[in-house]
Amino acid sequence: MLVTPILHIQDLTKTYQSTGHTLTVLDNINFSVEEKATISIVGPSGSGKTTLLGLCAGLDRSSSGLVELNGIRLDTLSEDARAQVRNQYVGFIFQNFQLLPTLTALENVMVPLELRGEKNIKPQALELLDKVGLTDRAHHYPSQLSGGEQQRVSLARAFSNKPKILFADEPTGNLDAETSEKIVKLIFDLNREAGTTLVLVTHDAELASKTQRILRVKGGKLVSDELTGV
Amino acid sequence: MYKLNFPWLVQMAWRDSRRNRSRLFLFISSIILGIAALVAIFSFGYNLRADIDNQAKELIGADLVISSNRPVDPKMLPLLDSLGNRRSRERSFASMILFPKSQGTRLVQIRALEGQFPYYGALETVPASAAQSFRNGQQALVDKTLMLQFNAQIGDSIKVGEVTFQIAGILNKAPGQTGISATVAPAVYIPLRFLPQTGLEQKGSRINYLFYYKYDTPTNIKQLVDKLEPRLEKEALNTETIETQREDMGRSFKDLTSFLALVGFIALLLGSIGVASAIHVYIREKLRSIAILRCLGVSATQAFLIYVIQILGIGLLGSILGAALGTLVQQLLPQVLQDMLPIKITVAISWLAILQGIGLGLMISLLFSLLPLVSIRNVSPLNTLRLSLESTGMFRDPLKWLVYGLILLFIFGFTYLQTEKLREAAYFTLGVLAGFLVLTGMAWGLMWTVRRFFPESWSYLWRQGLANLFRPNNQTLILIVSIGLGTAFISTLYFVQTILLNQVTLSARENQPNMVLFDIQQGQREAVAALTKQQGLPVLQEVPIVTMRMEEINGLTADQVEEDSTAGVSPRAFQREIRSTFRSTLTNAERVVEGTWHGKVLSPEDTVYVSLDQNYAERIRVEVGDKIVFNVQGALIPTVVGSLREVDWNRIQTNFRVIFPIGVLEAAPQFHVLMTKVPTAETSARFQQAVVRQFPNISIIDLELILSVMDELLDKIGFVIRFMAGFSIITGLVVLISSVLISKYQRRQESVLLRTLGANRKQIFLITALEYFFLGGLAAGTGIVLSLIGSWALAKYSFETTFTPELWPVLLLFLLISSLTVFIGLFNSRAVVNRSPLEVLRSEG
Repeated sequence: MLVTPILHIQDLTKTYQSTGHTLTVLDNINFSVEEKATISIVGPSGSGKTTLLGLCAGLDRSSSGLVELNGIRLDTLSEDARAQVRNQYVGFIFQNFQLLPTLTALENVMVPLELRGEKNIKPQALELLDKVGLTDRAHHYPSQLSGGEQQRVSLARAFSNKPKILFADEPTGNLDAETSEKIVKLIFDLNREAGTTLVLVTHDAELASKTQRILRVKGGKLVSDELTGV
Repeated sequence: MYKLNFPWLVQMAWRDSRRNRSRLFLFISSIILGIAALVAIFSFGYNLRADIDNQAKELIGADLVISSNRPVDPKMLPLLDSLGNRRSRERSFASMILFPKSQGTRLVQIRALEGQFPYYGALETVPASAAQSFRNGQQALVDKTLMLQFNAQIGDSIKVGEVTFQIAGILNKAPGQTGISATVAPAVYIPLRFLPQTGLEQKGSRINYLFYYKYDTPTNIKQLVDKLEPRLEKEALNTETIETQREDMGRSFKDLTSFLALVGFIALLLGSIGVASAIHVYIREKLRSIAILRCLGVSATQAFLIYVIQILGIGLLGSILGAALGTLVQQLLPQVLQDMLPIKITVAISWLAILQGIGLGLMISLLFSLLPLVSIRNVSPLNTLRLSLESTGMFRDPLKWLVYGLILLFIFGFTYLQTEKLREAAYFTLGVLAGFLVLTGMAWGLMWTVRRFFPESWSYLWRQGLANLFRPNNQTLILIVSIGLGTAFISTLYFVQTILLNQVTLSARENQPNMVLFDIQQGQREAVAALTKQQGLPVLQEVPIVTMRMEEINGLTADQVEEDSTAGVSPRAFQREIRSTFRSTLTNAERVVEGTWHGKVLSPEDTVYVSLDQNYAERIRVEVGDKIVFNVQGALIPTVVGSLREVDWNRIQTNFRVIFPIGVLEAAPQFHVLMTKVPTAETSARFQQAVVRQFPNISIIDLELILSVMDELLDKIGFVIRFMAGFSIITGLVVLISSVLISKYQRRQESVLLRTLGANRKQIFLITALEYFFLGGLAAGTGIVLSLIGSWALAKYSFETTFTPELWPVLLLFLLISSLTVFIGLFNSRAVVNRSPLEVLRSEG
């Protein structure tokens, strides 16, 4: 039986115009990710991996090529339509957490659900905070939380809208080793539990090795695509 | 299609503002004062309007007033005596009076009254009974300012012409009289029946004849006036009713309140610029939050609306506070303006004014925030991954141009609603735009120049101070525009006031006459001149004056012109009495601009060529070569317009609209004017007493007195304007403070870094001081230059006088504004300087 890919990338190219000449950041990338798979995109700084993540998640529009997420072509959609897709199917985890500083932990988790117009979401959000071990910190503001705590809130938020695919950009990049370990465990546990596809950008080889598949990007090109055997 | 989910947007706006409310309030605080100024003026205007409506009766004192500035034709008397149920008559004119006890003399307005006027309101006197009792004997009511000036008591006497009256009471208030009018020409009421004995009623005297009517039964006065008017107008009789009084006063005070509202509006505009810049910085700081929201699926419109709701909320709060403050300030306005108003001003809360103020506040905070807010639409969710440096410039976003257009339309619309004149509204809008553009240009020019010619060899502190002017997130543009506009406004007000005062005092300089004697009868001429010389005073000018009317212009009479509006002649030409003179030469205040000057008529058969003031000729639509027949007190004199003159009316000397050549009017009934210069107040008093005693009919204008009254008047008007302009000045300061505070939030990081790297407090202070000195200095300098140009243009084209600004006040203003900028800059940066870097870094969290 043929499995439909949740993410399908074909001939993806991204260029920027800079002081008269064209800068190619991504050059003709092709790959697909199956549902519930875990993959990591690795590469040195400036290789284009974050740009690739942004394009896959519909945060930006490609210069040419096709991006299909859950069967929806993102490259032809308007920004607002892509926002709706993100709200429906996508979860995010960022290196620097990206919590809204004026919202409490609980409110940060609730935002994606509120956006959908869902009712009685507080219990759901509290349950998620409980899962990441932050029940007692629900009414704290991000500035009152430690880095690890902030990332856990961010995790709870990422799973709050029950996404089909989770994009994580260097999720442990700003954390110490011990906290990183806990966060990584949480990501993979929650991911497994929710049956979510995970796309991870990192240059941490150990973290990458925890995913089923590793895509290597260098100089804007996909240089290897290997299975880890996980 | 995306659902907006409005309740959620409101909730998000509320949540998002949580940790910024005090800052948001700081942004909006700059419009509070503007709103307050406008609400105060609007409330004052509405209350004044209501007061005028309520007090119009007391202002005019009767149901109908008919007046004329020349004796009424006896054939009209039966008609005039048939009107109303109760009637009063008054003759009013300027004359000298003498206080025998103190030997003081003064030009006053004599009001010779017969009947029970006023029928509404009252002559307010001390004792109250005097208002009635003076009518029964040879008694007078004397204005309180006169009583004070000459230290007179009730029971003392005054001499009016040949008759001595006993002072029955002190006049505190009469219908229609203002504090100012009482200072210029204080009133003295006497019974009309004594007027002939005073000997002041002579041919050529300028007397106003007034007839007051009261109707006991309800009568349609308007209908009556409409019916009577054609007949009355033919006899040059004017009518006034409670209704026309209401309209006239309403109109003139609308002008006053409109003017003040525009002054207040400038404060609001200034504040709005502050709002725009503050919101700009605020949104810039919110970029990350907006990007996160976009990442989570918020649409561009939703993100935009979250901040629009925030601004509207805080704008509403600011406007309500402004309206409350304005309602309080309104209590002060009557005290400031009471002297200029003939009515009692009541102070009441005007809900309409409050609503208008709040509406205006909301509109202006939204309009001016839209400029930075529209860029929210372009914030990419990609900013969560890396902060994008791509920004949509002002010129690339067409919506920004739309907002600019809306702002201009709003300014124009508001001004038009105030002035109801398209042209003035357009000039005001263009003026604001020009000021804004010049200052923006200056700011850009400064940034470009500093960057282009950056003094690499200067010490680090100077370079850092200078570099702050053009680096990212700089406050150069907003500070230069707001401080510059504020300075320009303040100094223009100052200059205009000095122009007005100079204009008056210039005329009073050396060798210019400072005393005018008029109403000198033909037979008194030589004796008065002799008396003047005998007192050791020069006769600087002696001019005969002949009163006349126009009978025909190019063969057309007043009636024919009235019937045929296409005749090309203004009906106004016939209505006014003309005071003309005759002489053979021009004075140095006049210049022939068209036609030829004819100074002499040699034989009675010759054509009489008259010369007209150019502007007057234009108004009555008469040109060189036109034929005019003058009625000189019964004798018809045909003339031809020989020349038109440009006249400098600002000189203290007699100027005339119509001048006859010599050889025509010598035998006509005439009176004379004599001008002299008195060196001291004592000489002036002595001379006035001598003239009044010998020639009681002659009136004397002491220009020193007029000057001091003018001074006082301008001072009062100046105070009102300064009071309103004060709102702009304080708003400018609030904008300055909030701009500096906003930049503080941005600068904190860098200052902390500098301190971490080892910069000491003094160095950071110096860098900040230098930066604000450059900003304050340039802004104040540009503002002053702008106002110099504006004031020069006003002086040249509007006041038609020369403009020589004083250097010291300008320099003082410059220093004051620049040092204030530096002070506020330093004061608000002290938090960064005084706290330890670690403390600041932690609190940044």
